[in-house]
Amino acid sequence: MHTIVCVKQVLDPEIPPAKFKIDPETKKVIPPAGVPPVISVFDERAVEAACRLKDKNKGKITIISMGSAKAADVVRHTLSMGADDGIVLTDDAFENLDSFGTAYVLSKAIKKIGAFDLVLCGRQAADWGAGQVGSILGEMLGIPIITLACNIEVTGQALKIRRIVRDGFEVLEAPMPSLITVSSEIGLPRLPGGMGLMMARRKVIPTWKAVDIGAEAAMLDKANSHTEVTGLSVPTRKSECEMITGVTLVEAAGNLAARIIKLV
Amino acid sequence: MDTAKGVLVFGEIVDGKLAPVTIELLGAGRKLANELGEELSVLLLGSKGGSLGQEAIAFGADTVYTDTDSIFDVYNSDAYTQAASGLCKKALPAVMLFGHTDIGCDLAPRLNGRLGGGLAMDCLALAIDPATKFLVSTRPVYGGNARATMVAKAARPQMATVRPKTLPAAERNDSRQGKVVMIEDKIDPSVMKIKVMERIKEEVEGVKLEDAEVVVSGGRGIGSKQNFEMVKELARVLGGAVGATRPVCDEGWTPAGLQVGQSGKVVSPKVYIAVGVSGAMAHITGCLGSKCIVAINKDKEANIFNVAQLGLIADYKEVLPALTAKLKELKTA
Repeated sequence: MHTIVCVKQVLDPEIPPAKFKIDPETKKVIPPAGVPPVISVFDERAVEAACRLKDKNKGKITIISMGSAKAADVVRHTLSMGADDGIVLTDDAFENLDSFGTAYVLSKAIKKIGAFDLVLCGRQAADWGAGQVGSILGEMLGIPIITLACNIEVTGQALKIRRIVRDGFEVLEAPMPSLITVSSEIGLPRLPGGMGLMMARRKVIPTWKAVDIGAEAAMLDKANSHTEVTGLSVPTRKSECEMITGVTLVEAAGNLAARIIKLV
Repeated sequence: MDTAKGVLVFGEIVDGKLAPVTIELLGAGRKLANELGEELSVLLLGSKGGSLGQEAIAFGADTVYTDTDSIFDVYNSDAYTQAASGLCKKALPAVMLFGHTDIGCDLAPRLNGRLGGGLAMDCLALAIDPATKFLVSTRPVYGGNARATMVAKAARPQMATVRPKTLPAAERNDSRQGKVVMIEDKIDPSVMKIKVMERIKEEVEGVKLEDAEVVVSGGRGIGSKQNFEMVKELARVLGGAVGATRPVCDEGWTPAGLQVGQSGKVVSPKVYIAVGVSGAMAHITGCLGSKCIVAINKDKEANIFNVAQLGLIADYKEVLPALTAKLKELKTA
């Protein structure tokens, strides 16, 4: 079974909001100094889902990541989790692509990789959170699309998927190949062990450019993007937090109770 | 595409009625259509579609497109995508609106991929730019740390998903006139590759998050599943719902359905009590609509104190029992 997982390297979402700065002119976030970027949390869960399938069904996991050359760090992390091969898709032409452009680049890379049984993506990127690349990619590849999976199994020739809905779960069956987007409800990802880290360090992670995947210039031309960001702002939050105190903590708790009871 | 015209709402039928979010989208859709000088239509898929036509017209639709095939009574991604894309290719809407619901979040991106439109998900606001007549969508990014405005200059339809209770409901006017158009394209069964095998309802004990006037949420600071009982007890005493942050759900201290945040539920109760919650933006985004946020955290630098109105800097273990007991006393008084 060959599973391809798409992962994105993003600004660490755990940075304290006070450190979050944007440049409204360029409509970009200014990465705070000294904070390394991380793998997007839902993409890491997608890798975990792939590893669980490999544990049960054997097979191979290929990771692709579109980003800067530094995305190799994130790919290497997935190799240490148990992925077999990883490729970074990097090119000046890949910068500032919208969801369609991103899905297009990923689809071209997947076509170059060859046959697969499953493509996994995170449900949304932890930075822009557009929540569409997986579905658009599925449409471009012409395969069934299932979103928000919290469990994936192989039963015979089919995929059995449990997905999240507002008041519970749905259980679906889909053929292979399909594309599935993964949600955090799948559970915590494995921590790479010594073996995994060692093997990952030895692997070569190739980089592919637009010319390597046969990406057409017209599809990467920003003038043809489907959506554009026309503004980026940080909402000002006016909140004066009134701190409740007391001589003892128990008294403080009592004072807080007196304030809460008036609100409910 | 100059031929794209009008606003189309993807309507949802829940328990045989128009979903509240659909009525909200009809309200917003009507305003957008008026600003464009164009028509508002709605797509209703399911056996009740025809009978709800007049009501949709009363809420502002000029045209109701409906396919009453019972195949649509249970959401199926393949069938819905085919039906919606079939209509869009004929009706060529300029704007298409969806609820940010189970169906909307699955269908909108897929339909966008099929049609080659421009989609903004989880929008906080929608407007028509008076100069360009483009739809301008405002949405949260970076877990809610920032807001982005997005525009699709050429790609059509311009699409957006909006969470329930974000927009005001449309006003009902039963004297409004409109037409109901039956769609009779048969769904080709060979397109249905995904089979829905079962639906499992997760029983939530106590009050439902989305309807609660009081929510008590616990974060990573709670430390363990056993200790989470203290959060639940406070919620019980206040007659409120229990919420949790994503890391808490990841740890399995609560069912995943209790997650409040950008990738979970968005709530706007009268009182939101955050216990042992640091206040990462991805969580805060889920509760910013609350009238009053109360925070209990032992870290005075925690971001939660930047968004809360009332705060108590303390280890929750040392104050929650006394707080709960006092509130119990005050409630029964």
